[in-house]
Amino acid sequence: MTVLEVTGLRRSFAGLRAVDGVSFTVEPGEVVSIIGPNGSGKTTALNLVSGVLRPDSGQVTFQGRDVTGWRPERLAAAGLSRTFQNGRVFGNLTVAENVLIGLTPTLQAARPFSRWRNVPVLRWASLLAETAVALVDPPAVRRELADRQAKVATQLDRFGDRLTPRADLAAHTLSYANRRRTEIARALASGPALLVLDEPTAGMNPAETGEVLEQLLELKAAGQTILLVEHKIDLVMRLSDRVLVLDAGSVIAAGPPEQVRSDPRVIEAYLGKRRPAVRP
Amino acid sequence: MLDTALAGLVNGSSYALLALGLSLIFGVANVINFAHASVFAVGAMSGWWFSVDLDWPLWAVLLGVTAVTGLLGLVINVIAVTPLAKAPPIAALLSTFAVSVVVDNGAQLVFGPETRRFPALLATDNLGLGGLRFGTLDVTILVVAIGLMLVLGWFLRASRYGRAIRAVAQDRDAAAQMGIPLARVQNLAFVIASVLGGVAGVLGGMYLNNISPTVGSTVGMSAFAAATLGGLGSLPGAVAGGLLLGVVEAFGVSWWGGNARTLITFAVLLIVLWVRPSGLFGKRAPLAAEPMTGTFFGAARTVRLRPWQVAVAAVAAYVVPAVALDDYTVQIGVQVVVYAILALSLTLVSGQAGQISLGQAAPLAIGAYTSALLTTATGLDFWLSLPISGVVAAVLSVVLVSPSWRLRGHYVSIATLATGLLVAAAAVNFDWLTNGPSGVSAIPPPTLFGASVSAPLAVYFLDLTILLVVLLLVVRLRRSTLGRIWSAVREDEVAARSSGIAVADYKSLAFGIGGFVAGIGGALFAQQYGYIDPSVFGISVSLLALTIVVLGGLNSPLGAVVGAIVLVGLPEALRMLQETRMLTYGLLLLAVVLFRPQGLMGKVAR
Amino acid sequence: MSLLELDSVSVFYGQTQALHEISLVVEPGEIVCLLGGNASGKSTTMKTILGLITPRSGEIRLAGERVTRSAPAARIRRGLASVPEARRVFPEMSVEDNLLTGAFTRRTGIRAELASVYESFPRLAERRRQPAGTLSGGEQQMLAFGRALMSAPTLICMDEPTMGLAPIFVDRVLDLIAALNRDRGLAVLMVEQNAELALSIAHRGYVLNTGHLVLDGPAPSLIDNPAIRTAYFGA
Repeated sequence: MTVLEVTGLRRSFAGLRAVDGVSFTVEPGEVVSIIGPNGSGKTTALNLVSGVLRPDSGQVTFQGRDVTGWRPERLAAAGLSRTFQNGRVFGNLTVAENVLIGLTPTLQAARPFSRWRNVPVLRWASLLAETAVALVDPPAVRRELADRQAKVATQLDRFGDRLTPRADLAAHTLSYANRRRTEIARALASGPALLVLDEPTAGMNPAETGEVLEQLLELKAAGQTILLVEHKIDLVMRLSDRVLVLDAGSVIAAGPPEQVRSDPRVIEAYLGKRRPAVRP
Repeated sequence: MLDTALAGLVNGSSYALLALGLSLIFGVANVINFAHASVFAVGAMSGWWFSVDLDWPLWAVLLGVTAVTGLLGLVINVIAVTPLAKAPPIAALLSTFAVSVVVDNGAQLVFGPETRRFPALLATDNLGLGGLRFGTLDVTILVVAIGLMLVLGWFLRASRYGRAIRAVAQDRDAAAQMGIPLARVQNLAFVIASVLGGVAGVLGGMYLNNISPTVGSTVGMSAFAAATLGGLGSLPGAVAGGLLLGVVEAFGVSWWGGNARTLITFAVLLIVLWVRPSGLFGKRAPLAAEPMTGTFFGAARTVRLRPWQVAVAAVAAYVVPAVALDDYTVQIGVQVVVYAILALSLTLVSGQAGQISLGQAAPLAIGAYTSALLTTATGLDFWLSLPISGVVAAVLSVVLVSPSWRLRGHYVSIATLATGLLVAAAAVNFDWLTNGPSGVSAIPPPTLFGASVSAPLAVYFLDLTILLVVLLLVVRLRRSTLGRIWSAVREDEVAARSSGIAVADYKSLAFGIGGFVAGIGGALFAQQYGYIDPSVFGISVSLLALTIVVLGGLNSPLGAVVGAIVLVGLPEALRMLQETRMLTYGLLLLAVVLFRPQGLMGKVAR
Repeated sequence: MSLLELDSVSVFYGQTQALHEISLVVEPGEIVCLLGGNASGKSTTMKTILGLITPRSGEIRLAGERVTRSAPAARIRRGLASVPEARRVFPEMSVEDNLLTGAFTRRTGIRAELASVYESFPRLAERRRQPAGTLSGGEQQMLAFGRALMSAPTLICMDEPTMGLAPIFVDRVLDLIAALNRDRGLAVLMVEQNAELALSIAHRGYVLNTGHLVLDGPAPSLIDNPAIRTAYFGA
């Protein structure tokens, strides 16, 4: 089943069409990248897909369900996790706690009756039960927590010796690159059907970028479906199965990396159309 | 009809002048200046001093007030706003709030707490127009207010620095690229806003006929409501909001009496926040992306005591008063304990879930009234009334504050402030339920095993035991999955939602549990005094609770207890005067925000 | 004497180095473009020149005078003006007030300058009372140019002047820049992602990649240089 299907997505800000009729699909196990010049609508498109923004029109289908206009927390619980452009971690929580938060949708014993969370009034039964469980801390909750902590350790190990030795440090003490790694670990923790990454290597030096690329390639090899926005074309070319090029809110090219790279429309979008010199 | 409307317009023009200043500052500095209300009070009092003591003519009074309040505005910006420009917005909110307390109570020390007659300087009932009676005073107030608005409008439109102010408000970065000095422009905006506030103080003082140092907080809160009603940041909105609120209040007062004024003001404010938070004229939806606290105590880790240390402290808390302290000191201990319970409710709401509440007196009052009314009117046993008080306070807290979850940042704090004041106003006005301003008396002391718990030591043991239970509850919640989820909500709402956390639910839950704890505290409070009235639950109680947790360390349950000992116990033991005490709270709060944001019981992590 | 000189300027954001010892010059009457892909350090270079960011090391000179740590206003008085990224006109102020704000640092000759801007951009004169936010993208770009001219600069820094404009306006804006340079003798330092476009009007160009200057030279020599494609698309 197609993981993500986006049709005719539109969103304007103050009359400016940031995303203007974008359609694409992401199939299981695929890495799809969105590239484009500054201001072409890439991040807006991601925000629309992940529920941070609501589209003016268009449809988002996730694993066969129409999820248009769903709130981000509901999408996350349904298996769509994301990271953010400049990296958002919970600064005063430890690295391990950050990743543990990513596992929140998988908690059952600690969050009883969580099916009722979308029902008015009745959701209070679930919230109060969660409070009671938090106070009593029964064995089932402790077992669940131990299990999730083991999962956290596995996630952290994915990043070699970058995160595991720092598991108990507050996230705000980490280097920028490690904060970004923590964020990716958090997004991956719940085993999402689709991982959405917004410029995962922004602000990283070439060595760090290379390392993140290796980890993403490993994820891809393990079958993780990824939707990626990234500026670093090298990384996009090596990682992606398909590339989508946005310009002025519209898709101007789509296809395998090599084909997109030599597409004259793409070159023009980035480099501009050649015009006769008017040099004085 | 017409004279009520005119009275409303005249009074509303004071609100409009104040609201203009609030909106101007909000536009330029992106800060809600909680100290602005105090500028009004300083204007009124220095105006009184110039006109009555020094016998200056009106024009000189206005000039003098302009100088005094203009300088005050500059000082507020330099001390409490500019140093915190790069800190999270919560810092400036707390610091301006602290400055307002310092100024109000400093003024009270200088001028004395009593209400003074403010001479009208002008006739109040010498003119008539088609059956409508009014005075030179009304005309002067309207003319001066409208004149000032026109001058401000001209200044912003046509002068070099006026344009610079508008440019900074619309696009700070672009303004900087035009060579506009941002710091100087911000100073100027504070000075102008404060001069308007000071003049409003003189006009308002003359109109109200009498003034006291607390006049600022009453009128200031109305101005606050007016600015929000008009749309924060919108100057035409501030004028419209001020005049509209003035008229609405005037009609409300003429129908329901003077006590209804605050009830109307805060009901209006809350309804605006719920229904149309950007106000009548505001364009942008007030959604800030940054969390309110987050890195405020960024580098802080909570000081943790070892179990044996906790055990020793708990045993000492029982034993020492029993063997070594007199009744008076034990009574102080009772107050410390009740405030510690109230502060712990804030540790959950503000420290753990990151929602700064400026109105935690509300659930305290609701709990106190519930328990008092149940035990006196229905004869219900105290022990049954205790959990009921907690539940009622919890439910009302959630119902009143949760509509503002659509908002973020400052607006949530404004909503809590309005809630606190609304509850106090309701206690005054709903006299069929609360017995109005005269309060509830003869609240019976609780009984335990047939014995009355009324001796100081007995009350102390009871309250201390409940405090320890609450402390245990808070500590357990903090260490649970729920506590971790609250932390995530506090640190970054956007990231929390993308991790599958429904942040609105968890904020409501925090307010609910916080309200429950505060409500229990309120029930204890009522039983301990045997008497309560609305004045007991004023804004100073909310302030004290917040100061306790900020001083102790927002994120430290132990800090709430230590803070209560320092801020409630010490001043009482030293027999400090009420106004000196408030002044000290304000100064302490300011100092903590500026110099030790992690609080006493937080330490800096490496 | 060069109008602008950057002498091995390094800029850091916290721990991250954004610019690595950048050196460049702009001579009187020149159009110089600064090229590079996303996140190459172009905008950081611009902000550093304008005085919005202070470099950790290196030196910036305007007309021979050191301004490394001067406030923006001091630099504007030395002949620098800015057309910010995405135009950034003040949306709720009238066209005329926007222009007057551009003259904030001067006390005299403002009216004459205003008349001269209106003469160059008659469209702005027609709309002088209109809020800037109601102008079209191309008109806002003209306003941003006019606002920069109000301080009577010798060098205008432009951050992506064609970004987000409809294609028809892109050509017009480039012609306008060439005309300002030709008619008023203004020097222009222009940050552009659109390399081909920028080089069609520029005299010289510098190419940035991840905070390093990787290439510079006369515009014609850069146009067909494969290194530019590398800087944008990788090897």
